[in-house]
Amino acid sequence: MRFVDEYRDADKARALSARIASLCEPGRAYKFMEVCGGHTHTIYKHGLEDYLPETITLVHGPGCPVCVIPMGRVDDAIHIAERPDVIMTSFGDMMRVPGGRGSFFDSTAQGADIRMVYSPLDALKIARREPDRQVVFMAIGFETTAPSTAMTVLRAAAEGVRNFSVFCNHVTIIPAIKAILDSPDLRLDGFIGPGHVSTIIGCRPYEFIARGYGKPLVVAGFEPLDILQSVYMLLLQLAEGRSEVENQYARVVPWAGNIRALRAVNEVMELRPYFEWRGLGFISHSALRMREKYAAYDAERLFDIPGNRVADPKACQCGEVLKGVLKPWECKVFGTACTPETPIGTCMVSSEGACAAYYNFGRFSRQRVREATR
Amino acid sequence: MCLGIPGEIVEIPPDQTDLARVDVSGVRRAVNIGLLDGQPLRPGDWVLIHVGFALSKIDEAEARAALEFLEGIGQAYEDELAALRDSSIER
Repeated sequence: MRFVDEYRDADKARALSARIASLCEPGRAYKFMEVCGGHTHTIYKHGLEDYLPETITLVHGPGCPVCVIPMGRVDDAIHIAERPDVIMTSFGDMMRVPGGRGSFFDSTAQGADIRMVYSPLDALKIARREPDRQVVFMAIGFETTAPSTAMTVLRAAAEGVRNFSVFCNHVTIIPAIKAILDSPDLRLDGFIGPGHVSTIIGCRPYEFIARGYGKPLVVAGFEPLDILQSVYMLLLQLAEGRSEVENQYARVVPWAGNIRALRAVNEVMELRPYFEWRGLGFISHSALRMREKYAAYDAERLFDIPGNRVADPKACQCGEVLKGVLKPWECKVFGTACTPETPIGTCMVSSEGACAAYYNFGRFSRQRVREATR
Repeated sequence: MCLGIPGEIVEIPPDQTDLARVDVSGVRRAVNIGLLDGQPLRPGDWVLIHVGFALSKIDEAEARAALEFLEGIGQAYEDELAALRDSSIER
């Protein structure tokens, strides 16, 4: 078993598709939000909407870590990166994200030392090799990624590495889902829950969605059959009048999550009172910062940052796309002024962004988009 | 970047704490297994890897159960299709 190919079988997908169609009530329209950008990516890569009846709409959620970083935070990171004593390190996804004063790529062209890393451990390795420079890791990501940052800080502390710090932008998914549930813009019938976030937080934190809001949620894996099966499970719950949290991705997600990872995060980080999300605005207790105890590893404490709020460009409608109110191709600049090469908004930057997923997999050609927006 | 990929553990070097060598589609790399502390891991086990860390040990029994469900759905569909092919409704 390789845990990938088995979940890509076209015959099984067609069989699931038939079962999904048979569960749909005639005349009823269904809207399910896939919270995670990884799911959005799979849906467009494999054309999964073609396997669903037209009465089912998949709405893309805010679960793209790069997409939700506000422009002001990019400017803050660039401000740090421009210091001659600093090496900024970042996941590749972050390099093109536009701030108010350009992106990491633009700063690199102007002489800043910004290096792409695969893992925060790579950033720590650079710090060991270059003891005379300050190595800052631009930490982004949901609960999936925060434990890796925390473990790296713990490792740095254990080794006594003093020239490594974290610019912490980790966010938490639950407050964002709650903001969407409380938003009047959107009526959803259920959620495809984020699989990899759930390997860490488990399935219990979603119970308020099923109980308090009466919406079913199915934690799902990232292969095509995983997503189709989770749609099937959501429809079955609705048909049977249930709203529960179910785990389609039990091969990877333990119901209780990863306690060791949660402990590491809790040791190093704490909730911020509030954090600005691109498109969603300020959300209480929705992001993490470094604890006082690890102040020596906190770039926010070590370096002065401007901390300015920067409004998104007027033409950019990432906010509406992130809330699921607009489909990517309904944005006025999609595929014309805003492309993966020259993105205006974050949703076009990351492979997990809804706009990039649409654009890269050609679900809507430029021609069709032009016609649609005419 | 939030994507995780399954990889098979090929070696757990005894002299290095928290590290395992994994095979991901033929590529062999070291990953940190510190987040799976306390879980017995051995070569042949599969883990989900994200930014250099193993986040979760893949549960083979659960994977098989899910595949059986999918096989079952596939079978029911095939049966229905076969029954339809064999039918001869005239009016």
